[in-house]
Amino acid sequence: MIIDLIVFIPVIAALAIGLGAEGRKTALGAAGANLILGLIVISELMRKGGEELIFETSTVILENPKLTLGFAVDGMSGVLLLLTVIVTFCAVYVSPEKAPDGKVKLYHIAPLLISAGALGAFCSTDLFFLFAFHELALIPTFLMIGLYGHGRDKLAVAWKITIYLGVGSLILLGGLIALYSNLTSAESATFNIADLTAIAETMQLDQEVQKWIFLPLFLGFGILVSLFPFHSWAAPAYASAPTSIAMLHAGVLKKFGLYGILRVAMPMLPKGFEAWEGLILVLLLGNIIYVGFVTISQKYLDRMLGNSSVMHMGYAFLGIACVNHIGWNGAVLMMFAHGISIALLFALCGSLRERLSTLELSEIGGLASKVPFLAVSFGFAAFASIGLPGFANFASEITILFGAFNGAGEVGNLQKAAILALWGVVISAVYMLRAYRNVFQGDSAQGLTLVRRDSLNKIPIILMIVVLLLTGFFPNLILSMLPS
Amino acid sequence: MPAYYLEILILLLGFTMLGIEAFSSNRSRSGIAVLGISGLFVVLLFLIIAVPSSEVPYDYWGIYHVDKWALFYKAIAILTTLLVLVLAKDFSSAFKKYTSQSNEFSGIGEYYCLPIFVCAGLMWMASAKDLITIFVSLELVTIGFYVLVSFMRRNVGSLEAGVKYLVLGALSTGFLVYGIAWIFGVTGHFDLSGIAEALNSGEIEKKPIIFAFALLMVGLGFKVAAVPFHIWVPDVYQGTSMPITAFLSVGSKAAGFIVLLRVIEPFLNSPLTSSSVILILSFLVCVTLFFGNLVAIKQTNIKRLLAYSSIAHAGFLMMALPAMESGFHSKLIGPSPMESISFYLAGYLLMTMLCFLVITIVSSLTDGENIDDLRGLGARSPLLAFAMLVGVASLAGIPLTVGFFGKFLLFNIAIQYAVFSGSWYIVAFAVLGASAGFYYYFKIIRAMYCGGAEQDGDQLALTISTLSRVVIIVLLAGVILCGVFPKLILGFL
Repeated sequence: MIIDLIVFIPVIAALAIGLGAEGRKTALGAAGANLILGLIVISELMRKGGEELIFETSTVILENPKLTLGFAVDGMSGVLLLLTVIVTFCAVYVSPEKAPDGKVKLYHIAPLLISAGALGAFCSTDLFFLFAFHELALIPTFLMIGLYGHGRDKLAVAWKITIYLGVGSLILLGGLIALYSNLTSAESATFNIADLTAIAETMQLDQEVQKWIFLPLFLGFGILVSLFPFHSWAAPAYASAPTSIAMLHAGVLKKFGLYGILRVAMPMLPKGFEAWEGLILVLLLGNIIYVGFVTISQKYLDRMLGNSSVMHMGYAFLGIACVNHIGWNGAVLMMFAHGISIALLFALCGSLRERLSTLELSEIGGLASKVPFLAVSFGFAAFASIGLPGFANFASEITILFGAFNGAGEVGNLQKAAILALWGVVISAVYMLRAYRNVFQGDSAQGLTLVRRDSLNKIPIILMIVVLLLTGFFPNLILSMLPS
Repeated sequence: MPAYYLEILILLLGFTMLGIEAFSSNRSRSGIAVLGISGLFVVLLFLIIAVPSSEVPYDYWGIYHVDKWALFYKAIAILTTLLVLVLAKDFSSAFKKYTSQSNEFSGIGEYYCLPIFVCAGLMWMASAKDLITIFVSLELVTIGFYVLVSFMRRNVGSLEAGVKYLVLGALSTGFLVYGIAWIFGVTGHFDLSGIAEALNSGEIEKKPIIFAFALLMVGLGFKVAAVPFHIWVPDVYQGTSMPITAFLSVGSKAAGFIVLLRVIEPFLNSPLTSSSVILILSFLVCVTLFFGNLVAIKQTNIKRLLAYSSIAHAGFLMMALPAMESGFHSKLIGPSPMESISFYLAGYLLMTMLCFLVITIVSSLTDGENIDDLRGLGARSPLLAFAMLVGVASLAGIPLTVGFFGKFLLFNIAIQYAVFSGSWYIVAFAVLGASAGFYYYFKIIRAMYCGGAEQDGDQLALTISTLSRVVIIVLLAGVILCGVFPKLILGFL
């Protein structure tokens, strides 16, 4: 019941805003309520250990094939639920009262709908609704970027993200249908994830069948995570999107694809993964190394952050490719840590954008003395993003590397990929530190002024930094909920 | 009450309305529309309540067949006609400009009556299991449409549409009759069960029967707007008045599909013809999906866009037809092709009518039919814009709408059939088509919300009549609820 509440509170709040309730207050109330409910769910999960599904609800909506509208959480869902409610709360908190054109409704409805979609997708017990809820975000994202995006090519960017995600989800849908129809028969057709996993474990589909079902699933989910070479929608979209949307999309929604791979593709089609392992390792190195260099070459702060978020997805894929619980837990922790840190970075970047006339790195400089709080928190966020010890990102990356070398008697492909991926840490140190130096230290070019007063809300920023530090020093807070 | 009373009631309703229109002195004709709407509603209630289930399925005289499918499609026909009358009532103010010289309502009475007779034809089509009955009911529908399409007699576009529809419609009828003649010549039967027996008897040659089937497909392809028999669709949709566009798009297509499903079944289940029939169908599906979706991308007129979208939807619907092959039937997981197509058509009725209702209201006030004329709708009328948003999202197949669930069911069948038969090209075309759909439907969304700043001049508030408001809200709720709880529709099947 409590999960149903968490999923539907944002929807109801969005409806209320649509019918005339005050925009920001309603959204903030809903996000705050969700934050509290989310913490209750997490405390219960910590008590139970996160192995089995708790708070399960279900409503059968179709008998053949069996579709249920139902929610439940286990450890992995719980971590992502926590991520979503934290980022939603912060995203709603930092968005201004009114949109740039003075309108209120859509500006506050969109983040809530995206949040509801993510929550529904992460907590669904049913494959059908896992898919369906994710796409709830498609139209709000399109409208928010098209209407309130930054930059001259915002419409092109809005089209690009919509079509990429639309095509990705269609391929995914095809894969999901092929999966369930191969696993079940006409009498016992079901979309229940737990049932399907159990069937897949006992029945073990042929290698060849697994191989060809795994491909569309991985491609579909991969496009949604901006897997190389399908990543080109992500950076421009995040750079262009309004702050709250960038935070939610980069921080939360993108994790859906990884969640789907971990929840559906890997457990149900282990041999399918084996068949494509080599290709997947190459692609994830493309994310880390190639996109890493692309990130270094960026001239604008927002584009750089967008690309860095694409790059870090490579580590999550590496964790998945370990095919053991250490690596998978590392990937989940990575999703959480990256989600918070990238949301924090975009929040700060949005605040900079409001106050500066440009975000070109070579133009700005020396802001540390003018906006000390922003500078310090950006420093925290940048260090977290690089993966400095003490932040959750470090804990996740090291866990993934442990996973990659766990029980390896010799240096295989996975280990070689992991060694190469390590260089990504150096790459991210290069671009993050350079960005920090350019923005906050040294001198600014002529004519650059802070055009607006400091309007940054400190509460959400501090909240996100605290979460990062807390889970960085005590990663077991998260890891204890995941299977070992 | 026997089921055929429904058609008789509908005809009585139509004659009553004609009588009132002829002898009433009241200048405003909206009373006739209200009578039609309420009359259709009563008949719909009769259909749901009064037709006893003990009679289903039942054959009357071997030519009139009642089963649950027939009743379902009769309900779709009545509901469509009812909504078309609602549209026509909203459209009447723009419409009178083209019907009478003195700009009065007097010329539009028949406009409310003719759809009722078309509705009777559509309902009869749902019960036809005999090629002669199919032909006669089809003609009742088509002749009604000939008049309705060109009803705006002072509008050149409407007349042109009427002529196009007449010529091409007559041509397709010719093919249909010729095909029926060939089938009778080869099998010696008009009724579909007799044809099925003859096909399985092993005494028939393959070539003439395939030729006859191909001729039938030309005629029926015209009705459901399948490529390459779609040439009339964009021009007629664009030229005629908005309510009739909606009627053609929903009513004509739904009735065409029930006939198509009934006619195809014996051919698919006979070992003699099934492989060739599947080949013909697969070809039609692929070109329809490809052409309908890709040409829609370029359209700027919203009626033309919806015309190509209607072609595209015909393609998605036909995707399930090859899967009716008897060898595949027992292997299918989930609702059967018949159920899925019926679900999709019911959903298509809801979402298309929702879109047309919004466009009708907007265009009757602003007189524009381009996508750009929707600019700023989000600010001018949030309800209309939201309704259009949901309708278009559903047409594009965004989850948690009825359109998505319909597409899900059809993809479910197509993918399983591809696994069964090993040919994946239909699925590939469908994925290509559906992704193109994201673009051209979202163009409408963009226009409604992202445009409009430069058009501050004509920010006139839109007035919506109470009836339309109620209908919009009902359809809106229907699109979303049936998308989340598909049993609301599937429960009837």
